[in-house]
Amino acid sequence: MLTISTGNNAVAAAVRQANPAVVAAYPITPQTEIVEQIANYVTNGSLKSKYIPVESEHSAMAACIGASITGVRTFTATSSHGLLYMHEMVNWAAGARLPIVMANVNRALGPGWNVWAEHTDALQARDTGWLQVYVSTVQEAYDATLMAFRIAEDRRVYLPVMINLDGFALSHISQQLEESQAGDFIPPLVLDHAISTDAPAGYGCMTSSADYFRIRYDIERSMRDSVQVIQETEAAFAERFGRKYSWTEDYRCEDAEVLILAMGTLGKEAEVAVDILRSEGIKAGSMRVRWIRPFPQLDLKGRELVVIDRNYSFGFGGILATSIRAKTGEECYNVIAGLGGQEVTYDDIAGFVRNRRIGEEFWFGVDA
Amino acid sequence: MSGTFASEYIMKCTSACAGCSSSLILRHVLKAAGPDTVLVVPACCTSVLQGVWPHTAFNIPVYNVAFAAAAAVASGMAAAFESMGKKTNVIAYAGDGGTVDIGIQALSGALERETNFLYICYDNEAYGNTGMQRSGSTPLGARTTTTPGGKTHVKKDLDRIIAAHHLPYMATACSAYPQDLVKKVQKALSIKGPKFMHILAPCPPGWRYDASQTIEVGKMAVKTGMWALYEREYDTLTLSGPTKAAMIKPAPLEEYLKMQGRFSSLKEEHIKAIRGDIERNLRHLKAEAEGLC
Repeated sequence: MLTISTGNNAVAAAVRQANPAVVAAYPITPQTEIVEQIANYVTNGSLKSKYIPVESEHSAMAACIGASITGVRTFTATSSHGLLYMHEMVNWAAGARLPIVMANVNRALGPGWNVWAEHTDALQARDTGWLQVYVSTVQEAYDATLMAFRIAEDRRVYLPVMINLDGFALSHISQQLEESQAGDFIPPLVLDHAISTDAPAGYGCMTSSADYFRIRYDIERSMRDSVQVIQETEAAFAERFGRKYSWTEDYRCEDAEVLILAMGTLGKEAEVAVDILRSEGIKAGSMRVRWIRPFPQLDLKGRELVVIDRNYSFGFGGILATSIRAKTGEECYNVIAGLGGQEVTYDDIAGFVRNRRIGEEFWFGVDA
Repeated sequence: MSGTFASEYIMKCTSACAGCSSSLILRHVLKAAGPDTVLVVPACCTSVLQGVWPHTAFNIPVYNVAFAAAAAVASGMAAAFESMGKKTNVIAYAGDGGTVDIGIQALSGALERETNFLYICYDNEAYGNTGMQRSGSTPLGARTTTTPGGKTHVKKDLDRIIAAHHLPYMATACSAYPQDLVKKVQKALSIKGPKFMHILAPCPPGWRYDASQTIEVGKMAVKTGMWALYEREYDTLTLSGPTKAAMIKPAPLEEYLKMQGRFSSLKEEHIKAIRGDIERNLRHLKAEAEGLC
């Protein structure tokens, strides 16, 4: 069914398709529309989930954990301070190997109060054991949410998945949405380690260093196995619904001499910048990084790199840029832009490329 | 005892301290609850005394969770079981720190949402498994490792906070009165909706008395009125027998305090204040039981 939808409503619509048994959530701008829409679905009977209107984000994730360990499908959504408030349980969800799916609407962190887009919130959770995907369109928000359930619940993964969409810049804008019927695309969840009174066991007990170490290693092994599962899922999705996704979304990259790397809506904006630069004779391409965990294999050799970070790790650098340097050994021009919802146009992005100084860092709007 | 009540869900190999009443309480709770039960345990002595994975001394599914999360995890679990049409008991078993301090927000939320579960706070009046630091539930004057000169604040009145949620069932109990405790657990689990129990759990190393005295100390807590036993069904309060007796003829408070090293630095004004609190509490409970307020 072809409709017009906001990013938030697209996520909610996909959740309705996935039909989780339990949704526990707490409202926070700019995520509220997701939980309001799910509450509407539950109230009008079009979604049979138990909706738990928890009193905090910490409890939202805790309730999802309690539900998930019984072997049922669970979902929550949050943003910014909410994600930080639940951080302890975010770690717990991954450590407990629970296939919880969460939408995080990326938003800046206080102080001061700022409800606009920034990726520092979710990137602070990058070491928790969650898979993380960043989307750039309403359709992609819908599709990534559908796929997230299938990926998280795959026996080879059994790890939670976070779908990230930019606050307001995607959560609140309206675009065309094909509301594909999930049908059996997401198989019923079978959680091998579900808690059961038929087989009493202790979960999360005190654990020796040796066992704990092995359990942590198992998380990384599954994270690596998730690479295959993500590829299979995206391939199956393309075959079924005709929309193709991969680790990155590449635009005019084949013969590009300069690559723009960014995440979320800025990565989409970069495509327009590429066309402008091409018209000027600059062989530019855009590589929008979708998955940040597991981090993709990127072949960037022989190209100049302009990496735009809508986030920052103080005392270190832009998180995408530093990750790319660490993983590929390639230098880049690191532009810090869009923090706290700072407006960044395709003209601005084209300007970053024209003025690139490989090896340097540039704070847009602040640095000369 | 026969039937399911003869079943043991706590094996003999726990790593509890000698004279531990919280494991005794749990033994009776689980006997009352039976095998179709899942326990949710936040950080507390009970997370330690199960033993080290992959072994466990508990013959019941136990979900160990982060300190502040017990009531919320239990909420999710209860919702999931409901969605599957299962009648499994969900019991959160948390210490006083995990309840009156760090866990109170999640607990209040779960109660307000009428979660179908039983939350039990076993109260040893301090952070036990970290070595007896003060909690909001530590009584006035008691020495802990963070109140070496004695606590300067009074014990938080958890039960009246819980009562403000107008629950279908809440009760207090004490490890020294197992029959009373078991009856209350059974009653709680027969009711759908949010249930709460607050159980006094004397602690030999923390309260500094000999391990052999755990039952005696618990009895004295009730007999002096320092700990009151009652049930509350919505706004109807029923006093339990031992507390009715304590209201008529209380045991001397000083005897209870003298049994425990933690009260060794109590000053006269502390004893006066504690006595005043006991009298005020019992007066209110009596008035409530008689329907006067």
